[in-house]
Amino acid sequence: MAIIRTENLNYIYGVGTAFEKSAVTNINLEIEQGEFVGIIGHTGSGKSTLIQHFNGLLRPTSGKVYIDGQDIWEKPKEIRKFRFKVGLVFQYPEYQLFEETVYKDIAFGPTNMGLTKDEVDERVLEAAGLVGLKDKHMRKSPFELSGGQKRRVAIAGVMAMRPDVLILDEPTAGLDPRGRDMILGEIQRYHIQNKNTVLLVSHSMEDIARYAHKVLVMNRSEVFLYDNVEAVFAHAREIADMGLAVPQITRICIALRDMGYNISPETYTVESAKEQILALLGGR
Amino acid sequence: MLKDITIGQYFPGNSPVHRLDPRMKLVLTTVYIVMLFIASTPLSLVVGILFLAVVYPVSRVPVGMMIRSIKPIIPIILLTGILNMFFIDGDILWQWWFLKITDRGLTMAVLMSVRIICLIAGTSLLTYTTSPIALTDGLEQLFGPLKRFRVPVHEVAMMMTIALRFIPTLIEETDKIMSAQKARGADLESGGIMQRVRALIPILIPLFVSAFRRAEELALAMECRCYHGGENRTRMHVLRMGAIDAVSLIFTGACLAGVILVNIYGAGWL
Repeated sequence: MAIIRTENLNYIYGVGTAFEKSAVTNINLEIEQGEFVGIIGHTGSGKSTLIQHFNGLLRPTSGKVYIDGQDIWEKPKEIRKFRFKVGLVFQYPEYQLFEETVYKDIAFGPTNMGLTKDEVDERVLEAAGLVGLKDKHMRKSPFELSGGQKRRVAIAGVMAMRPDVLILDEPTAGLDPRGRDMILGEIQRYHIQNKNTVLLVSHSMEDIARYAHKVLVMNRSEVFLYDNVEAVFAHAREIADMGLAVPQITRICIALRDMGYNISPETYTVESAKEQILALLGGR
Repeated sequence: MLKDITIGQYFPGNSPVHRLDPRMKLVLTTVYIVMLFIASTPLSLVVGILFLAVVYPVSRVPVGMMIRSIKPIIPIILLTGILNMFFIDGDILWQWWFLKITDRGLTMAVLMSVRIICLIAGTSLLTYTTSPIALTDGLEQLFGPLKRFRVPVHEVAMMMTIALRFIPTLIEETDKIMSAQKARGADLESGGIMQRVRALIPILIPLFVSAFRRAEELALAMECRCYHGGENRTRMHVLRMGAIDAVSLIFTGACLAGVILVNIYGAGWL
């Protein structure tokens, strides 16, 4: 069964004012349990609005959101239950840290769940381990850490709730390439270890091509495409026309094809491009 | 949720009232307040109401906005009305136990209530039609002469401008932090007063940290552009009075004269 399902989901900002604006329009989606989904789209395409519906931070203007088959707004008082099921890491999450120590900050979520002290402890240590935080960091103030470490603490804070679905809104924004690879690697490891659903919002097609199984493309408040990575990159040209950058290697392959070489324009990994080019060279 | 709060309550538009020089608007608003307070008869207050009846339609600010501005002070209006009604001496119209309503009390009650309503509606129009930045610009120039007496007018105006500039930013920031903490299961809506106060800590600490960070960044950015307040600064938008300013001055002056004339001679007409 789909872990996340939406039914005619609409959200309009500023209903009844002069600034009314539809942020997501008529979204019908089904995301299966255990999937690693990449979400791409322009700034203002509705990505952030959409993901905030999945854990009930935003209430749809119309339409329904089902998590694990349950309508999350059936009992508005119990919405917190779904916040623990669907963990959301915001953009620049390091700005939400507030506790005296890293340990306490990661424990904030699990403590809010009402777990026992031992359980909280176990989860905090596990989450900290997943993002590569060492024991020596745990007693430090989060404000003493470097930017990349702060972000890891914030991500661990959500992972520690062990949500069925983990959503990350541009977790690598503003990080150097090494920091980016490390954090994405940690997220992948978490996904493989726990077999839960991960939704990754990113501007980088390279990252999505590398880590995601499925891609959701948002354009002008609507779902443009939701399919497997290969199927989505078959639309590379349309995606590029929308102003989104397709992976560099895809662009090169499209250019080579335009020059008359027999290379698939749907190529999105360097390995596959290498094989095709070698095959072409070998065939001569 | 927090986005619904409008601070400064500026209502963008391009009406003649919007285009007035902010200095003129500030002066005219002051004149209007004076006008309301020297209006001592019901008839002269009617002139004050007429003023609003002309200016509001010209400004194209919806009447709903005016009503919204009055709503929060309804208790004050009621209180002044009731106090005036019962505690002013005059010819008794109605009496029960120690309560009595007199003719003069009733007149004063109506007079005071109408006066307060006009006062709020009139001054709200200033903030509805003037952007906060234009307002501080106007204030800075109007109080400019105080610089001679070493009042740091420019610095204060700059602080006001910066503060106003950061209100929406900080509201947005608060909204984000609240969402992030709610996503981690923070419960902001239930519990006793102590619990609710404690629930604010995860929001206030990040907010303060980011406010300080922003302040530092801004200070640095201003210094990089060699900002030092005070003397010899020129402005990008120089305020200039124009024809509408003259028209509005004449109109308000006429209303003020009207109020004074009605005050003196009006009693005879009733």
